[in-house]
Amino acid sequence: MSTLPLIAHRRLDAVMAWRGNTPVSVRQFLGDVDQLAGLLPPGRHVLNLCGDRYRFAVALMAGIVSGRVSLLPSSQTLESLRQMQRYAPEVFCITDRDDGGDGLPVLRYPESLPEALADPVIPQIDRDQVIAQIFTSGSTGQPVPHLKRWGNMVRGVQAGAQRLGVGPGHAIVGTVPPQHMYGLEFTVLLPLQSGAALSAGHPFYPADICATLADLPRPRMLVTTPYHLRVLLAEPAEIPAVDLLLSATAPLSQNLAVAAEARLAAPLFEIYGSTETGQLASRRTTAGATWQTLPDIRLRGAGEAVWAEGERIEAPTRLSDVIEPVDPEARQLLLHGRHADLVNIAGKRSSLGYLDFQLNAVPGVQDGVFLLPREDDGDHPENVRRLTALVVAPGLTPTALMQALRERIDPIFLPRPLLFVDALPRNATGKLPRQATQALLASLRASSTDTIRS
Amino acid sequence: MSDASQELQSEVAGLIASALNLDIRPDEIKADAPLYGEGLGLDSIDILEVALVVSKRFGFQLRSDNPDNGQIFTSLASLTRHIAAHRTK
Repeated sequence: MSTLPLIAHRRLDAVMAWRGNTPVSVRQFLGDVDQLAGLLPPGRHVLNLCGDRYRFAVALMAGIVSGRVSLLPSSQTLESLRQMQRYAPEVFCITDRDDGGDGLPVLRYPESLPEALADPVIPQIDRDQVIAQIFTSGSTGQPVPHLKRWGNMVRGVQAGAQRLGVGPGHAIVGTVPPQHMYGLEFTVLLPLQSGAALSAGHPFYPADICATLADLPRPRMLVTTPYHLRVLLAEPAEIPAVDLLLSATAPLSQNLAVAAEARLAAPLFEIYGSTETGQLASRRTTAGATWQTLPDIRLRGAGEAVWAEGERIEAPTRLSDVIEPVDPEARQLLLHGRHADLVNIAGKRSSLGYLDFQLNAVPGVQDGVFLLPREDDGDHPENVRRLTALVVAPGLTPTALMQALRERIDPIFLPRPLLFVDALPRNATGKLPRQATQALLASLRASSTDTIRS
Repeated sequence: MSDASQELQSEVAGLIASALNLDIRPDEIKADAPLYGEGLGLDSIDILEVALVVSKRFGFQLRSDNPDNGQIFTSLASLTRHIAAHRTK
């Protein structure tokens, strides 16, 4: 059996996390992991909803050392919790929040755990151990699990750490939750596997990000998204020093990248990856539009048909982006947006197929379809554009339908506006020609806004 | 409610509607209906947008560690009260 340590820090008194300005040692962390592992209920699957990133890391590792598998759904709606329960009936939830986990057995993260062990041993984990199933929304209404093994996850974040030059001494702040692939990789596993330290906070407002950064020693790294970065840069007050900026989930515009580097005097890198594969390529955005593939990844194909392969990828995986290789080996590439069915809003991903399924599954809906936002000229990717839905549901009020949708789909994908129509312009084969839906949409917009308001 | 706070509330409603491109007139935002979830249906992305225009217009920053934080976005009325208490311009 080939193993890798739970945490890569060499010394037990090394700092592996910051809670505010209080450092947490590896010794304390290992003690907390050990204690929490002893408190976990019998189920083999864990839904880790901890909001505090340190507690999330402890709960994740407590699951790993006890052979459990973390389930990471793509959203936390009631419907996704039900889906997780159907996938693994014995699943339990661990959380440090007052809400969440409805209907599942809940373990509250303990307010205090007993004193750290005096001389803990760093656990060794089998490279082949399955540590997580991360779900994408799929295209048919059923979430699709992607199996993650310990060794592959560790290899992936180590490749990223090397590319970015992150290691011991770095303090890492994330504006993204750890419950998705990007946040899990860069705000939890990367610090633990590169000798850096994670910040426990999940800052929301720009002022929160500034306060969190100010608490930390330098060098500081900020892990964020195009959307959060735009909001942060709109902050008029001084932003504490940052030494490394990382953005992912959607491509950043050159303009915002230039503005960010100028304002924060730090290099900005972007990471391209997917839930299925983890990180694949990176770029220094201000240096040009071209992405450099990570050394352990190979890409095959071009356009809409590109597969990613590598030792840490379970099986060759078709990517959902339109990719143009710049050189024959695809060591360099250009990204040209997502496949037609895929939706990316403020960095969250879903598919029209999934959303349509959920809309049509609401009792009382006879027909319905989600439409992508219009691509306005000159619009920046950092701006958030919402989906529109056309629906035939004569017996439902807008309020009742929105309420039902809210239980089924992530708030970011809720239609805005939701338009009630008498029928959808389906053709003889039952398909909805894009031109016909756009024409219907245009005529609805032209008519009184009173009829389309929900 | 005084004329001044009524006026502030109308201004805040206008900021919300324009910042979020809502298909709704500002005077249709009910003072006591929830802004999150049911009610106006705002999500965390919207809240950040509103925070941005609030800090620009009224000269103070919203913070998560404010103990009133959970209350601030409860309704238009509670957001207006918070702004009235913290504005610097």
